[in-house]
Amino acid sequence: MPESAAAFGADLLSQLKGGTSFASSHPPGASGDLAPIPALVWPGMELSWLGVNLYLFIDTFCWYEEEESFLYTRVILGSTLAWARASAVCLNFNCMLILLPISRNLLSLMRGTSSCFRGPWRRQLDKNLKFHKLVAYGIAMNATIHILAHLCNLEYYHWSQSPEAEGLVAALSKLGNAPDETYLNPIRTFHTNTITELLRTVAGITGLLISLALILIMTSSTEFIRQASYELFWYTHHVFIIFFIGLAIHGAGRIVRGQTAESLLLHNVTFCREHLAEWQTAAQCPVPQFSGKEPSAWKWVLGPVVLYACERILRFWRFQQEVVITKVVSHPSGVLELHMKKRGFKMAPGQYVLIQCPSISSLEWHPFTLTSAPQEDFFSVHIRAAGDWTEALCKAFGADGQALKEPWSLPRLAVDGPFGAALTDVFHYPVSMCIATGIGVTPFAALLKSIWYQCCESQTQWKLSKVYFYWICRDPGAFEWFADLLLSLETRMSEQGKTHFLSYHIFLTGWDENQAFHIALHWDENTDVITGLRQKTFYGRPNWNHEFRQVAYSHPSSNIGVFFCGPKALSKIIQRMCRLYSSADPRGIHFHYNRESF
Amino acid sequence: MGQIEWAMWANEQALASGLILITGGIVATAGQFAQWYLGAYSIAAGVLICLLEYPRGKRSKGSTMERCGQKYLTRAVKVFGPLTSNYYIRAFLHLGLSVPAGFLLATILGTACLAIASSIYLLAAIHGEHWTPIETKPKERPQVGGTIKQPPSNPPPRPPAEARKKPSEEEVAGVPGGGPQENPMPVTDEVV
Repeated sequence: MPESAAAFGADLLSQLKGGTSFASSHPPGASGDLAPIPALVWPGMELSWLGVNLYLFIDTFCWYEEEESFLYTRVILGSTLAWARASAVCLNFNCMLILLPISRNLLSLMRGTSSCFRGPWRRQLDKNLKFHKLVAYGIAMNATIHILAHLCNLEYYHWSQSPEAEGLVAALSKLGNAPDETYLNPIRTFHTNTITELLRTVAGITGLLISLALILIMTSSTEFIRQASYELFWYTHHVFIIFFIGLAIHGAGRIVRGQTAESLLLHNVTFCREHLAEWQTAAQCPVPQFSGKEPSAWKWVLGPVVLYACERILRFWRFQQEVVITKVVSHPSGVLELHMKKRGFKMAPGQYVLIQCPSISSLEWHPFTLTSAPQEDFFSVHIRAAGDWTEALCKAFGADGQALKEPWSLPRLAVDGPFGAALTDVFHYPVSMCIATGIGVTPFAALLKSIWYQCCESQTQWKLSKVYFYWICRDPGAFEWFADLLLSLETRMSEQGKTHFLSYHIFLTGWDENQAFHIALHWDENTDVITGLRQKTFYGRPNWNHEFRQVAYSHPSSNIGVFFCGPKALSKIIQRMCRLYSSADPRGIHFHYNRESF
Repeated sequence: MGQIEWAMWANEQALASGLILITGGIVATAGQFAQWYLGAYSIAAGVLICLLEYPRGKRSKGSTMERCGQKYLTRAVKVFGPLTSNYYIRAFLHLGLSVPAGFLLATILGTACLAIASSIYLLAAIHGEHWTPIETKPKERPQVGGTIKQPPSNPPPRPPAEARKKPSEEEVAGVPGGGPQENPMPVTDEVV
């Protein structure tokens, strides 16, 4: 199994390394398949980004092609001026956007305050990174156009100083030689070479520098390099600091020059361009005056840069916060359970945290779904050894069967979070159906525990009166800790006399000959042979028609919330079932498939 | 965490430089700028570099992702032997190729990138790396019945595989499909 580590270098950029599979909470290949993409949200983001880019590009292009104050500039440069400026505006826009998707704390804050960012947490992380990459490609493309266009511009400027240039072009290039004239052509003589001229201007030097920075960042961010050496990717990416500084001062030389407004009033461009000979003599054509365009990139990027700086400071501060490990449990299936405490930590079921272990790697942050309920005074995660980092962690905590570790010898951990959307909508329905496949069961652990605390230990009457839980799994061995949880819930509920509150169905979809033999032998026993639970495991995939029909018959006129965590294909089936079994009668049964919540 | 082989990054950087050189060269040649012949040179150099760098070398540890369709170029690059597998030679080759392009504005970025790639290759060479071609292993045809050394020695009905596989001192020899059975001491078969 490859290092399925979403190695987080205190940054969502780390997601770029392992693609979409995370260590331990998720098997490889479960990439982004925990819940369906809300069809209207994700393509909408890409499309609006593209739309804004196109609008900015075309609008700026047309402006520079038609604008009077740049008419004389266009005489020398032609369309390449417009190409360069249009791509520059798009570059400003994209450079503004690129820092935003990777500010995870910022996004978390926003998510907390507004509901329009709710979405499955895994999807959110993937989305952010995909967007970051998309914007990066946008920057690369616009940078290419910009560089090539300005390359041509410089050559045209140079050529227009040559003895072969004549007419308006030559006259315009000579402007600036006399004391009361302002220049148009930044290259003042033909007897120089364009490279020297480039290196004499602020724009040229910074342009070269930031192009190099961009190229270095891109070549070290390919998936191959990310997976081979996360450190190289992460450290080289910090060249973006040079990129942004260079970008901010790139326009300081003001070499994109257009006619000043006062000059336009005095000098009638449409007339004067045809009457070059009369420039000095005619009253209509005083010498045109030019000024350079103000640098504007800094205005676009200042905000995001400040926000990102705050983000990094926040991460560092969170990294410094103390995390106390209160309990370490080593489950036989190779799962490590950690109970931790942190000051001011508040969570909701369904959220996840990012954990870093500096003694293993000072750069990697790995996401783990929280498996404890908010009512408990600790928070817990279950970590399965599924890659380099998680194996090292399990070893460091003594999970590989060696002698018990002393509390003071345990490695220090840093925890960032919690992030992600909360699964609280479950409580708003009188009946809820929770369906999880494989690894998708982890967030439901927190949910079930939370349901238990809220419904059985609190005195208030909750709306929720029945929970159906379906778990479809190929290899329950890896989740025997979850089966343990169900077992303890089952016992506690029968103690409280609330056996009918939770009805769970486990479906085993993969077995081999030995297991089948074993199951057949123990078929008639009271408890299930695989899980030890009183409710028997089913074999094979669930018949959803049957399940939904049963639920519909038991609750004829209720609103039922359906929560699903698993692959897209199954989510489509579930959605279809919800539609099929919802009654047309408004007072009848309705299945509400919650896509946004989870 | 993984160990970086510098050549991996140098390879990506050099490939990117090749493409940049080609682009700059095309613009300079098409625009007929001053010294555009250097643009033509850049196109040629860029193509050569891309062809040389396209086939990824094999990593010394772990598996390498091949680039799409690289096996044809791998064969071509392998032909040159130490000229292409030694990274010192590659470093100096890239440095040399980059110099003429440095005199033309359109390709100056390509020069800078190629110079960086050359220095990373030098670093890789100092670390003792070299280029090894990724060979496709010939597919091993599974020989039908090759692992059956002895036919089962007891007639049917035979006990199920599970009973036969039970770890015990007397193991039945010649269980088909499991590979040749090596018994620590001579056994006799026992029909259950």
